[in-house]
Amino acid sequence: MDVILQQFFNPAIAAKVLPYLMKGFGTTLLLSLLVIPLGLAGGLLVAVLPTLRRRWLSWIVIAYVDFFRAFPPLVLLLFIYFGAPFLGVNLPAIIAVAIGFLLNTSSYYGEIFRAGIESIPRGQWEAARSTGLSWAQTIRHVVVPQATRNVLPDLISNTLEVVKLTTLASVVAIPELLNAARNAQALTYNATPIVLAALIYLVALWPIVRLISRLEHKAVAVR
Amino acid sequence: MELDRLVFTFFNVEIAREYWPDIVKGFVITVQLGLAVIVTGLALGLVLAMLRSLQRRALNLLIVVYADAFRALPALMVIIILFFAFPYAGMPMSAFTATWLALSLVLGAFAEEIFWAGIISIPKGQYEAARSTGMSRLQTLVHVIVPQAVRITIPPLTNRTIAITKGTALGSVVALSEILGAAHSASSLAGNPTPLTLGAIAYLVLFIPFVIFGRWVETRFAWRR
Repeated sequence: MDVILQQFFNPAIAAKVLPYLMKGFGTTLLLSLLVIPLGLAGGLLVAVLPTLRRRWLSWIVIAYVDFFRAFPPLVLLLFIYFGAPFLGVNLPAIIAVAIGFLLNTSSYYGEIFRAGIESIPRGQWEAARSTGLSWAQTIRHVVVPQATRNVLPDLISNTLEVVKLTTLASVVAIPELLNAARNAQALTYNATPIVLAALIYLVALWPIVRLISRLEHKAVAVR
Repeated sequence: MELDRLVFTFFNVEIAREYWPDIVKGFVITVQLGLAVIVTGLALGLVLAMLRSLQRRALNLLIVVYADAFRALPALMVIIILFFAFPYAGMPMSAFTATWLALSLVLGAFAEEIFWAGIISIPKGQYEAARSTGMSRLQTLVHVIVPQAVRITIPPLTNRTIAITKGTALGSVVALSEILGAAHSASSLAGNPTPLTLGAIAYLVLFIPFVIFGRWVETRFAWRR
């Protein structure tokens, strides 16, 4: 028992590595602030394009979404990161992460927004258009605001997944929380930094998990 | 000329010929791991959701804490804990075991929540009617509640299962030679990204059918909002 305590919850080591891990957590947050807006914007675009009702455009969008949902995000990231130099481009890790996440998360956000847009009755479109709003104005002022509200639980749930996905950046040596924890573990020969990092994720993300559960159960209760 | 160079770099036939057996080996490991994760994860989720419907307070608390924790923790974090931290406690495990266990625990947590949402969506009258015909609690659960609940949980469950099964690629971080691991080490050896291209194709071959299946399931069993 004492050994386990020493190896997993060593207070001296925890105190020593905590500032370093918190810095990693700061990077995790910054990374999330970079990739979530990118993914949301890309997803919105992916969901809005098919409403132009051009068949070829819809097919391209479906192909795009299915293609990038079939790829494990880590495969995408490593392919971009290790493939780019062979094209003569030296991609900084952060750019590779941004591109990989954009392709992956825009597909997932796109599917969610699509479901939201499809939930808006046709009458809303027709009414908006008949008041003289253009297609873009209808999308912006009528369809998207209502669609977003309808799929809010799914959007929040996917956003949580994106935050968790930022751990992949550790593989290309971006010093976010998991990367910091592994470095600290290697330096201290002790599991405490890893356990501490897991605790930080738990404390930070548990409230979001609770929120999602509540929203989902509410959705069930309403039906 | 540029295109030639691109093809020579990313689809080098000679290198592809040399390394494709590695990728195939990785493919087999990915499939084994994926199937193992799906079976244990879904079974764990279903059993926990059924236990939760017994409404024992202490048990419910444990299940909720488990489900919340493994929905909050990133899958890669769980793999790292199992693989790098457990040896310190004298419990070393192979990369395959660590990845399998981690992904099963994560899938189990999500599946429990989805099954549970399905179970509570079944009207109380179904339960009471079944009980009043003399069925035991377990029989009611197995013959009446779960079959109906599973049907409405299929779309969210399918998507979640695909997403988590794709996490098998995370095993490469702990040096498991599944598709990504095999492709990555082969491309380092060859000094050429062709094995990574092969790996990417292998993932597409494996997962595109599932993604299309998921899309079909979503329209077929759609939740009525």
